[in-house]
Amino acid sequence: MNERLWSILIESFPKLLGYGIRVTVPLTIFSFAIALVVALLVALVQYAKVRGLQKLCRFYIWITRGTPLLVQLYIVFFGFPSIGIKLPAFTAAMLVLGFNEGAYMSETIRGALESVSRGQIEAGYCVGLTFPKIMWHVALPQAFRTAFPALGNSMISMLKETSMAATISVMEMFRQAQVINGRVYESLGLYLEVALIYLIFCTFLTFLQRKGEKRLSSYGGRNS
Amino acid sequence: MMLEIRDVKKGFDSLQVLDGISFDVNKSDVVAILGPSGSGKTTLFRCLNFLEKADSGTMVFDGRTFDLNKATKADIAELRKKTAFVFQNYNLFLNKTVLDNVTLGLTAGAGMKKHDAVAIAKQMLEKVGMADKLSSYPSQLSGGQQQRVAIARALASKPEIIFFDEPTSALDPELIGEVLNVMRQLAEEGMTMLVVTHEMSFARNVSSKVIFIEDGHIVEAGPSKEFFANPKEERTKAFLRSIEYES
Repeated sequence: MNERLWSILIESFPKLLGYGIRVTVPLTIFSFAIALVVALLVALVQYAKVRGLQKLCRFYIWITRGTPLLVQLYIVFFGFPSIGIKLPAFTAAMLVLGFNEGAYMSETIRGALESVSRGQIEAGYCVGLTFPKIMWHVALPQAFRTAFPALGNSMISMLKETSMAATISVMEMFRQAQVINGRVYESLGLYLEVALIYLIFCTFLTFLQRKGEKRLSSYGGRNS
Repeated sequence: MMLEIRDVKKGFDSLQVLDGISFDVNKSDVVAILGPSGSGKTTLFRCLNFLEKADSGTMVFDGRTFDLNKATKADIAELRKKTAFVFQNYNLFLNKTVLDNVTLGLTAGAGMKKHDAVAIAKQMLEKVGMADKLSSYPSQLSGGQQQRVAIARALASKPEIIFFDEPTSALDPELIGEVLNVMRQLAEEGMTMLVVTHEMSFARNVSSKVIFIEDGHIVEAGPSKEFFANPKEERTKAFLRSIEYES
């Protein structure tokens, strides 16, 4: 490898990492928070079979899972201004990523809720709890444990999907790599470098996921 | 009369599981409900606690009449405050410790202060011999221990009546005694109990009344001494003979 490439890589590394920490990571965290709230509400509506809303939720999942993320980003960022909704690029990316992943995560949480045994719910009723309280104290904590590995996966894939925000002009880590490359024309080196930083972030998330799983298993195996 | 059950009916598709069950329970009665598997005993209990909706039937509890088919949410909530249920599979909250299993209904259900709920829970767990396992999770306990915690949880709300749905059927034989002993102690203290059971020694020695159900109706009912000493119905005699062989 020649010296020029080396110095480009060494110089760009802190820059890329900086954008990663300042933009990619917050975008992931905010989008994931939105996704989690949306997923929880959608899962609960379906689990509790709330009429009317249930149909709306199925519709949302259908649309979101059936269309590409990239197309959704374009519709919201480039399309919505023509109907008077003009969002900053970061906000648009955050909302689209959140609602997109939320659709997948709602199915994860719904499945986990449905795996909580009927007896747990009935015992809740019998000690005088209402449905929302049973959800909060008994069913959701148990479902969360079941869903945790899959939710971890969602977060990891979301972190990588934030790179799509580059296409709607969000100056995040990947967009920054493109910008630098436009100046120095070292595609292979720069894109490998940015891939490495994504890998570092994802490895860290995987590590957190493992720790979380260990913590959650404190109440031991399931039975009956 | 504390509890009057009248004409409970419940069918699933073409199968009539309960075909008009009626009986009365007095305060401090311990009623053993016997019958072969599939006779409708568990369904009856589930209907009386509104875990299933009966097709028809009424229950008079403490002078108030509840329609088992049309009870409102408020009625059901009121009734559940005064009753408690012990399940065959214990159904302890798997994500809660022993102590939290007992306090949850008091705090989140009845709105009691945590401090008071803990005091009551400890007292009830003491009673069932589980006071040394307060911070264990259900998965760390044996079946017998779990069922005793479930009984403490049932007692905590100070119910007027406790329904036991085959409380020992899921237990290993050597663990049955510890649960039955707790139940016997409750009976001696005057707790009103309805018990679906296959434990004939319990029905014979602890219960005051026996109801024998088959195919959704009551074949025979009476004071337990009489039921075992002089069964009237041919079907009852056959049933008692068949379990004699087992024991």
